[in-house]
Amino acid sequence: MRAFVRAVLEEWGDAEVVEAASGFEALRVLPREAFDVAIVDVNMPDINGLELVSFMRKSAAHAKTPVLMISTEAAHTDRERGLALGANGYLSKPFTAEALREKVGEILPGRREG
Amino acid sequence: MTGDEGSGMREEFLAEAQEIVEALSRDLLIVDQAQKEGRVDPQQVNEIFRSVHTLKGIAGMFGHSAIGALAHGLEDLLDDLRLERIALTPEVLDVLFEGVEHFQRLLQVDDGAEAGIDFDAFAKRIGQVLGAQGGGRSGDPLAMLDLDDSVLSVLTEYEEHRLRSNVESGVGIYRVRLRLPLLSIDSSLEDLKARVKPVGEIITYLPSMEGGDAEHIELVVLVASTESLRALGEAIAFEDASIEPVARRGATPVPPRAPTMTHPENLAAPPRVPVETRHEMATPVPPAGQNVSFDQLSVRSVAKTVRVDIEKLDHLMNVVGELAIIRSAVVRLSEGLRNTAGLRELAIDLHRINRGFERNLLELQNGILDVRMVPLGQIFEKLARIVRQVAREHGKEVRLVVAGKETEVDKLIVEELSDPLMHIIRNAIDHGIESPKVRELAEKPPVGTLALNAYQKGKHVVIEVEDDGAGMNPQTLRETAVRRGLLTPEAAAELTREEAYNLIFAPGFSTKSSITEISGRGVGMDVVKTNIARLGGVIDVQSEVGTGTKFTITLPVTLAMINALLVRVADREFAVPITAVQEAIVFEKRAIRRVEGREVLTLRGATLPICRLDELFGLGRPQEPDRQFIVVSEVGARRMGFVVDELHGQQDIVIKSLGPSLQKVRGFAGATDLGDQRVALVIDVPALVEELASGNELGRITAGGYS
Repeated sequence: MRAFVRAVLEEWGDAEVVEAASGFEALRVLPREAFDVAIVDVNMPDINGLELVSFMRKSAAHAKTPVLMISTEAAHTDRERGLALGANGYLSKPFTAEALREKVGEILPGRREG
Repeated sequence: MTGDEGSGMREEFLAEAQEIVEALSRDLLIVDQAQKEGRVDPQQVNEIFRSVHTLKGIAGMFGHSAIGALAHGLEDLLDDLRLERIALTPEVLDVLFEGVEHFQRLLQVDDGAEAGIDFDAFAKRIGQVLGAQGGGRSGDPLAMLDLDDSVLSVLTEYEEHRLRSNVESGVGIYRVRLRLPLLSIDSSLEDLKARVKPVGEIITYLPSMEGGDAEHIELVVLVASTESLRALGEAIAFEDASIEPVARRGATPVPPRAPTMTHPENLAAPPRVPVETRHEMATPVPPAGQNVSFDQLSVRSVAKTVRVDIEKLDHLMNVVGELAIIRSAVVRLSEGLRNTAGLRELAIDLHRINRGFERNLLELQNGILDVRMVPLGQIFEKLARIVRQVAREHGKEVRLVVAGKETEVDKLIVEELSDPLMHIIRNAIDHGIESPKVRELAEKPPVGTLALNAYQKGKHVVIEVEDDGAGMNPQTLRETAVRRGLLTPEAAAELTREEAYNLIFAPGFSTKSSITEISGRGVGMDVVKTNIARLGGVIDVQSEVGTGTKFTITLPVTLAMINALLVRVADREFAVPITAVQEAIVFEKRAIRRVEGREVLTLRGATLPICRLDELFGLGRPQEPDRQFIVVSEVGARRMGFVVDELHGQQDIVIKSLGPSLQKVRGFAGATDLGDQRVALVIDVPALVEELASGNELGRITAGGYS
């Protein structure tokens, strides 16, 4: 899953991708670096993706970092909550490389699409 | 993505999917057992949901639509299950187990059509299970909790459900506040989880902005627990932790409804006494030195395993074989030098270095063999599913008892072992274990027991499959053999008890008059025996009427290196795997008779067909040797004696494939390098015995094919 996202982004936009296996790992990574975009799965093993988005929005460094949430189409509540918390986009699993590129293109400011 | 990347990713997908499906299967078996005992852990159900969910995700990404569709269907079912909209019944479990079987099959072939899965029928089954159970929800108890919307708004659907469900059941909710170093957060949380598990359930972790800095983070953990604040504080006992109960607004809690799943931790504990106000901060001090090494632990927690293609290991093993040959060349050289004037010192040095080389080589070889080993637990899990399925199909109740699943066997053997074991187990449940009624009449417990026991015994691994069923009656077996035309009544009457039991391994033998769906898949126990013989193993059976039957399979630990009997025929050496050798006897020409154009020998009252390897392989020699030997082999129920000129003793050998151009040459399992520039062909005893006994002429295998 992460490998897929990484492969798609690296191939597409020469992106430098930092992976985090869990919400806590993300918490560890976030304060150290700035990101152009964060892709967050709602269902992570420990802290969930909604909490991570909420945390990012409250932190000075990542209040404005574009966030793309990922979850299943079945979980409507998760989607609504994610967007309400400040996620910029939402993608339901499973998705294609193209859909991912499109979504990331949408929420990435100042980036040409495709 | 280029094609190459695509195929690499596909492999990665298959490997990952396989791991997920295996985990799924394990969790399902645990839940199945828990369901029988009436105490299912909701976390475990959620784990299963997560596995299927992940599987669906990755299947979608790698374009495996069949797996994706299957996972999608199951995901809905599991979602209802984890949210307790439906109850976990044996029927639901049936569907889930069936799903796992489908996944397994889909991972083996490439698409759904090849796997022969009727997706529509399966979807219908899921629909039926869902339809059979309605669901409904009432009132929202969450409103009673003194929790901000900021907390509620970051809960996922599942977390919210768990919170609600706990509140409804009257379980207390606590806020645990922790300050943890970011660097070691993983190990700290594992520690926290382990401490909370016996006393409650973690609902969610909320990172908080307050109190954190570059190296630390403050967390609020929501915990549901029936324990008192003090007891929870003592259980958690984290440095700097503070615990407070989440107060309830209003007065009377909703009466707890009958939960469809039970928390193990809820069973014994009395209902919680509601805590009204904030108590003092419980800040127990952990024993000195307890959390010193968090930093080291977290650094080490990265995965330490790699996946290796077994062919790469074969290659390494071949290199070891080459090294062994080089070593013996060096030995010869040093021996030569020893007799050369003035070089004796050098020869002694060389000899000493060589001994060190030999030791390390042996270690390398053992190391590679060790890497090939996998625990038998891998197939035991698969078998547990079979047991469950077959028992349910036959209306029998079977308890599977497994011992020694950590016993390790060569990966290739494990792969080949699952079919024979599956067959034995199907047979044991189908023919061996009686229905609950019959068992009660026989004053046995209604639930039958099937025991799988594995252990290592020297260079062999023993697997026992034992049931406490009806057992086999030797007399019935004799009669069946006569009826099937396998034996004359006289011959049958002469069979000892053990020989009678061994009749079940004879081709064309089946103890039941009607072939049932389960055991009758066109294969009999003879195939089981042959398959095990191919792995260099043997199978034995013991039985007692009314008490049960026990199959004992003895296998070599590895196929990469086997012990072989070296023999000479004419001017060539051959290796016979020792597992195929029963005994070697001196060949007496006078004892040979001809029956139907074949040479046979009477050995201790039984007829032994003879095969002259020199004739078979077309090896001429100037004159018949005065003395020859017979190597007696047994494969399945068939025995055969191979005539050889000399016995050269036993040796551990590495079998090498003959290569693609000689693939069609039958009768050889491969070749082996004996060192000293000697090469021997390894005789494929099961193939030879089978083909010769079934009357096939192998054609003469001429020596021209190899040299």
